[in-house]
Amino acid sequence: MDLTYTPEQEAFRKEARSWLEANTPKQKLPSFDTKEGFEAHREWEKKLHAGGFAMVPWPVEYGGRGANLLEWLIFEEEYYRAGAPGRVNQNGIFLLGPTIMEVGTPEQKARFLPKMASSEEVWAQGWSEPNAGSDMANIQATAIKDGDHFVINGQKTWASRGAFAHWLFGMFRSDPDSTRHKGLTFILVPLDTPGITVRPIEKLNNKKAFAEVFFDDARVPVEHQLGEEGKGWDVAMATAGFERGLMLRSPARFQDTARKLVELYKKTVASGAYVAPELRNTVAKCWMDAEAYTLNTYQTVSRLLAGGKIGAEASLNKIFWSELDTKMHETALRLLGYRAELLPGSPAAGDVGEWLDGYIFALAGPIYAGTNEIQRNIIAERILGMPRK
Amino acid sequence: MEFNFTEDQRLLQETARDFLQGECPVEFVRAQWQTETGRSPEFWAKFAEIGVPGLLVPEEHGGLGMNEIDLVLVMVEVGRAALAEPVVPTAAVAVPLLLECGHEALAAEWLPKIAAGEALVAVAQPTSPLVPEAEVADLLILRSGEALYAVPKGEARITPQKSNDPSQKLATVEFDPKPAQQIASGADADRLEAAALDRGALACAAQQLGACDQLIAMSVDYTSERKQFGVPIGSFQAVKHQVADVKVKLEYARSLVERAAHSVARNTTSRSIDVSMAKIAAGEAALEAATTSLQVHGALGYTWEQDLHVWMRRAWTLDLAWGETAWHRERLAGALFEDSLPAESFGFTPLFSAAG
Repeated sequence: MDLTYTPEQEAFRKEARSWLEANTPKQKLPSFDTKEGFEAHREWEKKLHAGGFAMVPWPVEYGGRGANLLEWLIFEEEYYRAGAPGRVNQNGIFLLGPTIMEVGTPEQKARFLPKMASSEEVWAQGWSEPNAGSDMANIQATAIKDGDHFVINGQKTWASRGAFAHWLFGMFRSDPDSTRHKGLTFILVPLDTPGITVRPIEKLNNKKAFAEVFFDDARVPVEHQLGEEGKGWDVAMATAGFERGLMLRSPARFQDTARKLVELYKKTVASGAYVAPELRNTVAKCWMDAEAYTLNTYQTVSRLLAGGKIGAEASLNKIFWSELDTKMHETALRLLGYRAELLPGSPAAGDVGEWLDGYIFALAGPIYAGTNEIQRNIIAERILGMPRK
Repeated sequence: MEFNFTEDQRLLQETARDFLQGECPVEFVRAQWQTETGRSPEFWAKFAEIGVPGLLVPEEHGGLGMNEIDLVLVMVEVGRAALAEPVVPTAAVAVPLLLECGHEALAAEWLPKIAAGEALVAVAQPTSPLVPEAEVADLLILRSGEALYAVPKGEARITPQKSNDPSQKLATVEFDPKPAQQIASGADADRLEAAALDRGALACAAQQLGACDQLIAMSVDYTSERKQFGVPIGSFQAVKHQVADVKVKLEYARSLVERAAHSVARNTTSRSIDVSMAKIAAGEAALEAATTSLQVHGALGYTWEQDLHVWMRRAWTLDLAWGETAWHRERLAGALFEDSLPAESFGFTPLFSAAG
């Protein structure tokens, strides 16, 4: 155990910091939940890619930097420190990318990863269906082979980034006689395929960013099948591991929020405004939990670098970060007092920052990537060995 | 940057676990409740054979020459077994204190005896008038005014205090300070005492992890067997989710405890804050484990006969030792909000530091 950075890691941090200081947009980009913001974020991704920082832990041949996961954590810390824009292609680069790296064919890696790294192609997730949410194995959308194509019919919903994305990944039932986890195939679908209709859904934040996707005899070439036919569930579980366990929510995000929360607390106390006494410990606990999350992630990364894998413990992670995120934003709103409901820019709002927006975003955390109830079942059954029935 | 234990360290942990499973079953813990001292010299002699009392004692004094990163894994096992012996004051706190106090003769006299399992040491807690293990200790390290004293057994007036956990042997202690027994004064005494507090708190936090592990295991076992409505009660989500929540708390507390061990072993500038976070988080996990385990055991868990309360009581009392949670919370909050520690000196990554 050695919890100090090597000179090489320090040098990398410095390099990332100076690049980000020089290149991070001075003005905040419009939300990537709008068409305009979506394109502005793609432009930023292009710049990041040209600077060699788009995909720090990916091999150079796929548009990455060829660094390891520890350097990725360092980069993420610097990224949040710089206040750089959100990653518009996060479904692709953090979830699908690592999965393609693990189970994709050489052709698929060459075809998809570089364009993903540069965000030339932005990805949406297509997991949920109207009748397959927490019960994911109840997927009904079909992908039936016809020569060298799959013919896809059915509906996906809550497709994150679905409104503007170019591609969608998800599971489809390729064996119409199958049930539950069997007979599912993981397929990569171009959203401009004839027969596909994308209908944006307005989110709680009043922006149309996720979508319902309808498939009506949409024909997708068989070479877009990821992993084995009928083994889509296993591929999806690998993706879910990355999502819940490591890459989607790097600790830097929560460290950054925790630091801002501490600043907000100090500022509010200094202003003489009333601060409920118990918030002192609540804020300190948030900071401590962000620290614990960071440490736990460094442990996971150390384990992965030593040859380990991400397993069911990803569910512990998902519960911890999603509930911490909600707690931190709730606490910030309590510190803001009467101003907590005011939108930024309202004359009486003052410097309310983005806490309200962040709160609304945080509320989705315990729902997406598998609800926290499902995660608790996984912990109880698969980690602790409690009876399923 | 590498946040892993080595294979040797894991082997040490397994050795301790196997040893305690054999030598310290719960019947042994309960039997000790009935004895006069509550302590077993026979057990301690065997414990010394596998090196635990002298784990931090340098090899030239007959110990294993290891550090807190090694010890923390053993302390987890001590908590899992609910062992009631003076591991914390003697092995975790007194050994480094004797090494760091600058009295080589004192260290040379006591460290080999500690490593051999022939001497027990009690150390006063700066956060409480209660001195654990004072009655059985051969040497007591006590504070009077601005100075610390090493007081031999028999020269201190010991008043036993009964704990809610029959395994805890507590006492208040009075003594007449003698200049010849003074080992440090002023800033030196404060420094030694602060280090002692951090080491004691770390060792308790590690035990809380072990106790929490054990309470979860007992709950899983019981709810997997106990049937109501024709099915194991552990199949109900209302039960599962409570236990899962404890597991989440436990694993994030573990990260804080393991980091604190590194901070203590390296004596980093963030040591005290890191220890406080470890103690707070491990305490929360263990206390929640106690409440949850009792709930899922139902009325059976509410009996003296069921072993659950052995670990429940341990969770309750460890929370109070070497700085209760409120004390550690305040130390953390002071660092965060009143700048009692420079911001750049704590927080795991530079992202947290104001200088970052």
